[in-house]
Amino acid sequence: MVRLIAAIVGLFFSGWLLVSAVLGGTAYISEPPAATAESLFHKHPKEVEFSFEGPLGKYDRAQLQRGFQVYKEVCSACHGLAQVAFRDLQQIGYSEGAVKKIAADWPNQIASIDPATGEAATRKALPTDKIAGPYPNDVAARAANNNALPPDLSLIAKARHEGPAYLYSLLSGYEAQPAELLKQFPEAKTPNGLHYNPYFATLNLAMPQPLTSDGQVTYADGNPKPTVDQMSKDVAAFLTWAAEPKLENRHRTGLGVLIFLLMATGLAFMSYKSIWADKKH
Amino acid sequence: MATLEPSAENGDISEAGVRRRDFINIAAVSFAGVGAGTILIPLVNQMNPSADVLALASIEVDISAIQAGQAIKTMWRKQPVFIRNLTPEEIAAAEKVDASSLRDPETLEQRTKEGKKNWLITKGVCTHLGCVPLGAGEGEVKGEFGGYFCPCHGSFYDTAARIRKGPAPKNLEVPEYVFKSDTVVQIG
Amino acid sequence: MSFPWAKEYKPQNPVMQWLDSRLPLPRFVFNAVGAGYPVPRNLNYFWNFGVLSGAALGIQIITGIILAMHFAANGAIAFDSVEHIMRDVNSGWLLRYAHANGASMFFIVVYLHIFRGLFYGSYKAPREMVWLLGLVIFLLMMATAFMGYVLPWGQMSFWGAKVITGLFGAIPLVGEPIQTWLLGGFAPDNAALNRFFSLHYLLPFVIAGVIILHIWALHIPGSSNPTGVEVKSEQDTVPFHPYYTAKDGFGLGVFLIVFAILLFFAPNYLGHPDNYIPANPMSTPAHIVPEWYFWPFYAILRAFTVDFLFIPAKLLGVIAMFASILLLFFLPWLDNSPVRSGHYRPLFRQFFWVLCVDVLILGYCGGAPAAEPFVMISQVAAAYYFAHFLIILPIISKIEKPAPLPASITEAVLAKQA
Repeated sequence: MVRLIAAIVGLFFSGWLLVSAVLGGTAYISEPPAATAESLFHKHPKEVEFSFEGPLGKYDRAQLQRGFQVYKEVCSACHGLAQVAFRDLQQIGYSEGAVKKIAADWPNQIASIDPATGEAATRKALPTDKIAGPYPNDVAARAANNNALPPDLSLIAKARHEGPAYLYSLLSGYEAQPAELLKQFPEAKTPNGLHYNPYFATLNLAMPQPLTSDGQVTYADGNPKPTVDQMSKDVAAFLTWAAEPKLENRHRTGLGVLIFLLMATGLAFMSYKSIWADKKH
Repeated sequence: MATLEPSAENGDISEAGVRRRDFINIAAVSFAGVGAGTILIPLVNQMNPSADVLALASIEVDISAIQAGQAIKTMWRKQPVFIRNLTPEEIAAAEKVDASSLRDPETLEQRTKEGKKNWLITKGVCTHLGCVPLGAGEGEVKGEFGGYFCPCHGSFYDTAARIRKGPAPKNLEVPEYVFKSDTVVQIG
Repeated sequence: MSFPWAKEYKPQNPVMQWLDSRLPLPRFVFNAVGAGYPVPRNLNYFWNFGVLSGAALGIQIITGIILAMHFAANGAIAFDSVEHIMRDVNSGWLLRYAHANGASMFFIVVYLHIFRGLFYGSYKAPREMVWLLGLVIFLLMMATAFMGYVLPWGQMSFWGAKVITGLFGAIPLVGEPIQTWLLGGFAPDNAALNRFFSLHYLLPFVIAGVIILHIWALHIPGSSNPTGVEVKSEQDTVPFHPYYTAKDGFGLGVFLIVFAILLFFAPNYLGHPDNYIPANPMSTPAHIVPEWYFWPFYAILRAFTVDFLFIPAKLLGVIAMFASILLLFFLPWLDNSPVRSGHYRPLFRQFFWVLCVDVLILGYCGGAPAAEPFVMISQVAAAYYFAHFLIILPIISKIEKPAPLPASITEAVLAKQA
């Protein structure tokens, strides 16, 4: 009885699925999906090497500081870093005093109250504060940006596939819309207010090219030249640190744990074999 | 003919073999023990104060607005701290008392910074059972010794916040602090 | 409930004697996983995965209890509290990555455990109850994992909760009230997050309880083995301790190595980047996908694209997805071949491997975007899945000529040695 019911249920499910597959399949073959501008012109992130890649990768402190400088002078005009506190910057090599100064000079002050009247006010940031963006809320951010919301950048490097390479490619990948694309898809012309970038999923994004010219940010002596490519790479590295500040600790701990586990497992194997030595199995 | 258990005559189990086997087993179990012990460290350590809590372990307070005879309450490590600008009379009252006669003998000088005798900074935590004493706020009862009064069990503190009467065993605790400038104190 | 030659617990130590006569807990452990439990001597490495599943549950419970000390189950701050764990709590990153990847490791070993049972016929009499309780554990695990994934309150958390509770909305008439009841609102919000947290904390302990029943039921007939031939004499078995404790110790080491590689060097590999974006009810991710361990079922859910008479395709998909798991409860009665082990079932074995490939294909399609050709492929694969259990297995068990079985485990071992 169980088998009879099972067979009926099975025939129904399998049969209907096969019917659906045939229906869908014939539609797919008779009318294959048309190519879209996205499917032809979207590019995967560029190949790029970072010091933090690989199982033993470490951050390059000088690069992180350069990246922070780019963030501070360019990105922070629109984007916050709400999960990162100023004090965290000590991890990338700034002294306690330097962090205090960075916080106090930060243009985006912290929402507060006037201690005398209790009215809404702002105060200078302290090292314990999170790095604030310029907008008090999302509505204000949209209003100031043509209804596009500049996302918080704290986790952006982990919130995108191949985050670091993607950020680098996006920032250094703005270009004029290819003539070929316009010829094939005239309706895919970048709308007003958007900007063409082949590394962006929909090809057009609201953010205008933020890093426009070499030397836009002045690096201290002894650093590489601040080309658009270099600045993109540096800020991508900085944002990777912002998203994963414990990476070095993780790699270091992981190496120790693995060595220990390999030894312990080797011993466990020998122990297992010696215990079983007198038992055939 | 094949058998399940190799016999001792085959030399599979010599005495040295047994000893070697014991050694391996002991080593394997010891490794497991060390591993388990090491894992305990992060499991226990995670309960310690986190980085954001530690970052707030020291604060800076602007004291420029506190007039003589006034006091403010501020929050430090999630506990109240009293910062009091003593009047000359209050200083005199505190110095008149013979410190050695007190339950917790300390002079006002010992409880303030050199040259800043008028700035009395103490934790606002009664040393009896941890209530917040009255006396720092405007119009609060200061008790019969003019300092602080803890309403929970009636501990009286004088103008140097020393225990004078009631169940509390110690003077109000003076936290670690430094004057960053004449108007800014860093507590902690 | 055990073999007559099982060793009896005889404590030498007077303290243990005292304890044993008052609360025989040491005796219980001794008989369950100690020298008092005789186990077939010929188990292969696939028999390691039961103990490893238990270890994985232990890791999840310990790391989970600790994460709960720092997590805040409130829609406004849940996401930030997870980041607080990752950045500020001492070793918080380690514990959170261990918990997130521990879930994946748990499913890996449980799937291997299940497929071992499928190949070696471990679900057959007299072990049906072991199989049924195992499936209950599997269902509880899926519920726990789903609710746990909602807690960080990222985009995938939110939309996963919305889609999965939306499945109940497909039920005619009562669907929408049930969905609203599950969520405590009209969309996932604080109420849902809080109850998911509560149940996510509770269910692992329920799982632990059912595991005890699972092991209890196992100890009635004793463990099965790769030949599928029942234990006949003492020489067929070895005591669990030290033989299988040693082997499981080695297995645990290998498990931890794989776990450590994942945790320390690719902690986000199995996760989805979108879950690092805070939940936003106003914007849907491009592709909503569950965690990898749900992909085969997700593929079956989406495979139904055509209405059947008056039954909408969506409802069919929901029914089929639940059916794909529930049919496993009938497996002991669907496959009534007297031979257990796939080693001695030439025809069954071939279909078993087809099933393995089929489930992998379903998994791949479940993780892929819901577009052709993946839909078509998943339809064929899902059709095979149902046909395999509901039609093919019963037929095979009727027509198959099994290979000759060894007379006993001992004989099989000796034949292998020779």
